[in-house]
Amino acid sequence: MTTSTRPRSRGASIRHSRRQLGSTELVYLALVGVLVIGAVLVATTGGNLFGQANLVDMLTRSSLLGFVALGQTFVILCGSLDLSVGYVMALCSLIGATTMAGDPAKVPLGIIAVLVVAAGIGLLNGLIVAVLKVNPFIATLGVGLIIKGYLDTNYKGPAGDVPASFQAFGYTRIGFLPLSTAVMLAAVVLGILYLRRSRTGYHMFAVGGSMEVARLSGIRTGRVLVMAHVLCAVAAGVAGLLIAARFGTGSALVYSSGYDLDSIAAVVLGGTLLMGGRGGIAGTLGGVLILAVLDTVFNILQVDPFFKDVLRGVVIIAAVAIYARRQIDRKASRPRFDGGSPPGPPTPTPDSPVPVQQGVSR
Amino acid sequence: MTTVRAAAGRLFGGGSATVFALLVCVFVVILFLNPSFFEPPSLMAFVKKAAPLVVLAVGQYLVIVCGELDLSVGSLVGAQVVIAAAVIDGQESMTLPTLLLMLAFGVLVGLVNGLVVTVLKVHSLIATLGMMLVLYGAIRLWTGGAPTGALSDGFRQAGREGIDMPVLRQLPWALLIAAAVVVAAVVLMRKPFGRTLITAGDNEKAATFSGVKVWRVRTIAFVMSAVLATLAGVLIGGYAGVTAQVGQGLEFTAITAVVLGGVVLGGGRGTVLAAMAGALTVEALFTLFNQLSLPSTIRPTVQGVIIIAAVAWAARERAKPRPFLTAEPPVQPPVQPQPQS
Repeated sequence: MTTSTRPRSRGASIRHSRRQLGSTELVYLALVGVLVIGAVLVATTGGNLFGQANLVDMLTRSSLLGFVALGQTFVILCGSLDLSVGYVMALCSLIGATTMAGDPAKVPLGIIAVLVVAAGIGLLNGLIVAVLKVNPFIATLGVGLIIKGYLDTNYKGPAGDVPASFQAFGYTRIGFLPLSTAVMLAAVVLGILYLRRSRTGYHMFAVGGSMEVARLSGIRTGRVLVMAHVLCAVAAGVAGLLIAARFGTGSALVYSSGYDLDSIAAVVLGGTLLMGGRGGIAGTLGGVLILAVLDTVFNILQVDPFFKDVLRGVVIIAAVAIYARRQIDRKASRPRFDGGSPPGPPTPTPDSPVPVQQGVSR
Repeated sequence: MTTVRAAAGRLFGGGSATVFALLVCVFVVILFLNPSFFEPPSLMAFVKKAAPLVVLAVGQYLVIVCGELDLSVGSLVGAQVVIAAAVIDGQESMTLPTLLLMLAFGVLVGLVNGLVVTVLKVHSLIATLGMMLVLYGAIRLWTGGAPTGALSDGFRQAGREGIDMPVLRQLPWALLIAAAVVVAAVVLMRKPFGRTLITAGDNEKAATFSGVKVWRVRTIAFVMSAVLATLAGVLIGGYAGVTAQVGQGLEFTAITAVVLGGVVLGGGRGTVLAAMAGALTVEALFTLFNQLSLPSTIRPTVQGVIIIAAVAWAARERAKPRPFLTAEPPVQPPVQPQPQS
């Protein structure tokens, strides 16, 4: 490196260290901001956002969306998308409730049945996307429609009966932490470990970054995609079980609650790129919590439910616009045409795609 | 001869043949089930019902072909119908001002969509999803949950009336409007602007380097999509009247129609005519389900299977004649630098 380029590269490194704040940290900063603003707003009406009841409400809200968004993260990281999660949830709540049929001894059977069915649907989604090369938007929308037809034809109303022992999954609390949220957090930790420590996890970033480059570096992209879809559907299946536990029966109408788009919004709010290849589950959890806090605050303030939709839309767009700004900045600061010196390896940031060599060399 | 072949290639190439084949198949099945469907009056009724979706599909095509997606059209249609009913409130004299107001609102929504996507760099799926939530909530907030007012007869002309004719009995305005939209879009896509739109969807970077202001092209596409959604709202409002559910799920139907036509999500490929055929196919499928008197609950399943099968088939077709890293397939005319006018 010549002396003439040194000051400039030092300048670049300073700029980098100033931007070291990854998008995951930003998500949690935003969460803190939302919490503070929410707490102030709630305090003006004489309430306390961090009171037991409100905390429980927030955490309970986050558990359901948390499962779905956790699964959705895998799929979006791979550059795919799953619009069928809402239908999978509805189907799984029904399968779980009807299999258990009020008999505590059949609880494990119900859980297994749900997981198997969910995994099967995920497999179908994944194969349609990976093998038939159907755009994931269409593929999962189509699979969702197929499930919708099945549900509408066979279930006119709530069906099945969840035994009290399994309803505990929906209602038990450890202090202020609902059991379902604890399970969700455990799943999130497992998910983070899976993405950071397993070969397939690494490959998901690679596939999402560039399908073609991943394929050329010897990754079986199809398997990775299928795996992501299976994980996503299974997570949605668990969310369906949670619904069954909360309602006491299975309900087909869950699919109209908009969990599919909500989960995508949560993932993107969590800083994962919709194009894939960048992001992570920790951020998604932040996104889910932001949405849950917003909902709780709106509820306490008794905001008109329709106005809630408007606010949600604005918040989501604004948040993603802020991330997008940062991502452009980072790209622009990459020393690309930097006076002939060969570009070094990009500075690793917490949310940058992990290198894939480790997995390939085996 | 070569021009014919080139035209056929443009029309049927790139996976678009599937939709035309499917359309013919569906019509043949309908013909067998119910020959009277092809008598002019019932055919015209079909066209009247299909026209809004065709208009929406053309709008969605413009957005999809430049590499974006518009999820807000469904709720925009709903919003426009509700606005129309509330503002007109049954007074004939308010029809024209209301139409202008709707047009302005449509342009505004499209402009916001486009600028959020292009200037704020928000992915269009999220941006238009947010717009969908905002519109959905705002309209219900404004009307208190149930739409109020009534449409005037003049307003409903476009959607339900037509020119009286001897053979057809009635040539619906909706058919003329949809046909005009399709023709205008076909012409537009052959103009420099249309070529630029496709280029922007095919390769944004290359388009930028060749001097295209991608953000402007895309914003215009979003505005056109919103304006066409407004038009579709006029047609649907006229045809079906005002309910709280107007437009719900229409965005997915429109996207389905466009993709069924072999237009690739992600941009750069596909023709207007194929998108139109996709819309007609979707409507024909709904008609077929009626003819078969399928229970309405099973319809989504059949629809899902057909969409996946058709798109998978089209993807196979597209993948076949395209060896890795060769020149563009002959069916895809290279984008010519257009002489500046």
